[in-house]
Amino acid sequence: MAFAAFATAEAQPQVQKRKSRIALFLLLPGILYLVLFFLTPLISLVLTSLQTPAEFGDIGQYDYAFNWQNYVTVVQQYLPHILRSFGYALAATVLALLFSYPLAYFIGVKARRWPLLQSLMLVLVIAPFFISFLLRTLAWKQLLSDESFIITSLKALSLMAPDAHFTGTPAAVIFGLTYNFIPFMTLPLYTTLERLDTRYLEAGSDLYANAFTVFRKITIPLSMPGIVAGTLLTFIPAAGDYVNASRDFLGGPDTQMMGNVIEANFLVLLNYPAAAALSIILMAAILVLVSIYVKRSGTEDLL
Amino acid sequence: MSGEVQAAAVLGGFAESETQEGGGPRGLPRRRRVGLGDWLLPVYTVLAFVFLLIPIVYTFVFSFNDSIKSNISWRGFTLDKWLNVCNVEGGAVCQAFTNSIVIGLVATVIATTLGTLIAIALVRYRFRARSAISLLLFLPMATPEVVLGAGLAAQFLAVGVPKDMTTIILAHTMFCISFVVVTVKARVASLDPALEEAGRDLYGSPSQVFWRITFPLLTPGILAAALLSFSLSFDDFIITNFNSGSVSTFPKYIYISASRGIPAEANVIASAVFLFALVLVIGTQVSRAARAKRLAKLG
Repeated sequence: MAFAAFATAEAQPQVQKRKSRIALFLLLPGILYLVLFFLTPLISLVLTSLQTPAEFGDIGQYDYAFNWQNYVTVVQQYLPHILRSFGYALAATVLALLFSYPLAYFIGVKARRWPLLQSLMLVLVIAPFFISFLLRTLAWKQLLSDESFIITSLKALSLMAPDAHFTGTPAAVIFGLTYNFIPFMTLPLYTTLERLDTRYLEAGSDLYANAFTVFRKITIPLSMPGIVAGTLLTFIPAAGDYVNASRDFLGGPDTQMMGNVIEANFLVLLNYPAAAALSIILMAAILVLVSIYVKRSGTEDLL
Repeated sequence: MSGEVQAAAVLGGFAESETQEGGGPRGLPRRRRVGLGDWLLPVYTVLAFVFLLIPIVYTFVFSFNDSIKSNISWRGFTLDKWLNVCNVEGGAVCQAFTNSIVIGLVATVIATTLGTLIAIALVRYRFRARSAISLLLFLPMATPEVVLGAGLAAQFLAVGVPKDMTTIILAHTMFCISFVVVTVKARVASLDPALEEAGRDLYGSPSQVFWRITFPLLTPGILAAALLSFSLSFDDFIITNFNSGSVSTFPKYIYISASRGIPAEANVIASAVFLFALVLVIGTQVSRAARAKRLAKLG
């Protein structure tokens, strides 16, 4: 017996060592990849954001420096775009939540008795993913253009001023962002609502709470993890999006968001430091907002 | 995060979601008088689906439009565009589509391999720097695409790498890895270690145990992750736009032609992809339901 105990005690560190070597072997390729193509790019983005124009260089040639003035310049120049990005993303997130909650509630709670219907409805929710999101956005552009059936009927019914436009307005951009990110909101909401124990709701109404109170005091708190995940999944990509706000899609000259100016500075104007500084600002702002939001809503174990 | 993973599960129809079994007692809605609330929600759901599907139907219908150059107003029904997809603009649409498929396949294979290895390590082994690694995996999902794209482009610029197919594949692999890890991790965690133990007890070598037991059990999760990777890569525009140089992909083609009008052929390709994916997913869902019913009957 004593011998056996000895043997295992000796073998243990050996096994441990081999195991951690296996773990290293499994982790190394993927982690190395992310370090090379995710982490290093972020660092080179920071370095680029501090560059200054090369002294005798062409357009698009920059030298490494510590020119933090770039940040001041882009904030001064693009403050409206920065505010617009977060404003539009916030509006789209709220609208998507209002749209998705009843839908997810029906699929996750009311449709429980019919599992096949439930899974077919889930397929319908993600069906928009199967078709290019650029084409979907362009389809809305045509459907909501000035000559379209929807807009002409709204004008005929005097619900819209005869000389008003929809495409090219902030409302159109928010509409497009909302539409495009609805599945990202609906799916996490569905996931938590699907697990909702309806006996809590019955207990609430047995205690003479009306339907609204039951919803506010029981359903919403229990579905909070889904609400947090859905709002994050909508807000983050919406704040960085530049397709909806682009002039060729639903936006106009006065609806440009941060993504649009980052794209223009990087790919058209070749002003890499400005584009990099704006990217860093966008990312930092999102990380700060998200961590405050996650802390306040008390669901820190999202992953 | 969970939304994408859920999408992957539905996409694949493979991942028997743990949430459904492990949800604890839930109880069914109690039967009572049919009131206002009972038809309001179904009606809303139907309207919501109509709203979600409008642009898809529009894209599909306009793939039959007898358009000349831009595909904006309805000019009559034709099957021409479906029969001669590649005839427009010297086959530019088809070239872009082929590029997207190739990029998607290569990026999916690399990302799924790397991500699966990480997922196994995260669930099965204890090691230092665990929280740092989790953060490194989480951050790409929490970073806006425009930042990922600009960062990579800045790096390629600094190192002096010309942008081509390879840089697109490198970029796509990067953002797919985290989604693969999250999807496969759930599957690894639900694996019964007793099965592998039994394999070892029967003198299976580590590689035999992996390929005969672990891998087959992980396959549904891996397939779901691969499908998710492919669809993320295939539909990606923002990161591609920063790292593609002159190479065209299907989304990039649409973005560039948006200003002068999209040819109906693009609608044809998008509609065909849509129908293919829809049939695939509904097929797996229905066969899964049928299998569950059979199993229930047996039990």
